[in-house]
Amino acid sequence: MNLFCIGLSHHTANVATLEHFAGSATAESILRDANCAEALLLRTCNRVEVYGVSDKRISTDDIARSLTRKLHRDPHDFAPPFYRYEADKCVQHLFRVASALDSMVIGESEIFGQTKKAYESVRTSGAVGPYLHRLFQRAFRVAKQVRTHTEIARGAVSVGSVAVDLAQKIFGKLSDCKVLLLGAGEISERTARALISRGVSDLRVSNRSFDRACELAQAVGGRAVPFDEWPGQCREIDILITSTASETPLLTPGKLAPILRERLDRPLFIIDIAVPRDVDPTVNQMEGVYLYDIDSIRSVAEQSLALRRQQVAAAEAIIAEHVTDFVDSISQGLSRASQSTEHPSLEDSLRASEL
Amino acid sequence: MDRYILIVSTTCFLAAVVRTSLALRAGVFRPGRFNFLAIVLGFVFQTAFLSIRGHALGRCPITNLFEVFIFLAWSVAAIYMLVGPAYRLSLMGAFTAPLVVALQVVALIAPIDIRHPAKLPANPWLEFHASISLVAYGAFALACIAGVMYLVQERQLKTHRLHSIFYHLPPLSDLFAAITRLLWWGFALYTLGILSGFFTGHPLPRVQVVAAIGVWLLYAAILQARHLRWLAPKRVAALCILGFSVALTLLWGITFTAEMHPLP
Repeated sequence: MNLFCIGLSHHTANVATLEHFAGSATAESILRDANCAEALLLRTCNRVEVYGVSDKRISTDDIARSLTRKLHRDPHDFAPPFYRYEADKCVQHLFRVASALDSMVIGESEIFGQTKKAYESVRTSGAVGPYLHRLFQRAFRVAKQVRTHTEIARGAVSVGSVAVDLAQKIFGKLSDCKVLLLGAGEISERTARALISRGVSDLRVSNRSFDRACELAQAVGGRAVPFDEWPGQCREIDILITSTASETPLLTPGKLAPILRERLDRPLFIIDIAVPRDVDPTVNQMEGVYLYDIDSIRSVAEQSLALRRQQVAAAEAIIAEHVTDFVDSISQGLSRASQSTEHPSLEDSLRASEL
Repeated sequence: MDRYILIVSTTCFLAAVVRTSLALRAGVFRPGRFNFLAIVLGFVFQTAFLSIRGHALGRCPITNLFEVFIFLAWSVAAIYMLVGPAYRLSLMGAFTAPLVVALQVVALIAPIDIRHPAKLPANPWLEFHASISLVAYGAFALACIAGVMYLVQERQLKTHRLHSIFYHLPPLSDLFAAITRLLWWGFALYTLGILSGFFTGHPLPRVQVVAAIGVWLLYAAILQARHLRWLAPKRVAALCILGFSVALTLLWGITFTAEMHPLP
């Protein structure tokens, strides 16, 4: 028995190459074309991988051919950078993938769901047999353990998620927070949507073009505010997201000071994603004001990533332990089975396939 | 014998401190069961110590500065266990344990465990007055700890430098709510303690009365400023730390005076 993983990912291929192999192939078509005993296709925006079990060794080209979108085009035409992992290396690779150690953004949460979805989609079709079933079940367990016992998923790494994380650290529940969008840019809209997804219900939009403000307000379920009324809104709101095209700062300590006197016990969180900045940076020195511009948001995201990178070694240790345990348990189980069936054990085949 | 129990208790709290310090240094702090269990165990040994000491004295064991420190440390741990889980401030244990360790280590090392030559008779009002005042001090200590947590969190948010601990600290709003509640609890208990002092049947030393009323006025001023929204939350948090430092100093003065002029 050969356990293998053949694939492409952001580490080895560009988007165009990934697109070429992320076609209409299914686990069933791979089973048929490559003559595998079991197969599972994991396809995300950053990777295309086939996990398979076979009696005899299946070549990388065979798998590549079954993945190719345009059958008339030979994979050798542009030498796709496929990687191949076998036996315990394959086990380790899957555990790393499911735990988001192999992801473009280390520790991201989507890969776990994508892996689970890929597994669920073929579980009932028969493409996945006992080996892959056990392998993927263990991979999900490992991924959960890695997330629970390390800080690998800690911190936010995009503008929207950093804004949400920080807002939650300041206000706790966001359901009572009032948000003002000043300017109707794309990133501020995305940030607003991220806040709405965490419970914000009072959203106001102000823009130089009132029509655009109305349009965005309608899209995000908020209400439009005339542009000359936004300073007055600062008395009521908790979060201000600015992204106007103003050449000079719209909000300065002089303008904010009288407003803050009326809201001494309520913090004001300002996310300034405009370039040039809409808010004078010295505003951050005012009591109760937390100002984040695009640089500081990037810095927070980098700190989160650095924190995640620090956790890689701890996560790898957990994975290594599980790889050893999984390979041992599989080989023991198969050894027992082989005594009665006289089939070769997986341990032997795993060793044999470590080429 | 009872001192050994206290050493074991201190070791439990110290274990929580060491574990937290190591985790913070490695950048992998996670509030877990270990800290809470270590504090619970430390509290159990504290209670055992106070029980043995109280049994030997035949009264509430707050007859000298040593016992006052231990009783205060016990109050801090007790209120933490009541408040921590209720307000989901699990990280408070990481901040509470160092204070308890400091109080108990000072009590164990300093030559302040001076036994009274004659056995002091029990005075229920005096014991109630002293013990309820110390429990109030425990609430003020926790408010001080929540204040430290608030300032740590606030500083990280202001400077945009987020340490691993940032992700485990409660939101500023939750911390401020906890500070306010702890201040009110402490103030109510302290008021009760001061009032009960007038029922002891004996005139209290003037220094003690002035010091106690001074602490009461300090916390009354903080609460009034908070109630009227004169102060920003950050300043209230800072005042909680300052207030407890002053209160602790005055407590030493009050206990020292009481040892000099023991009431019957």
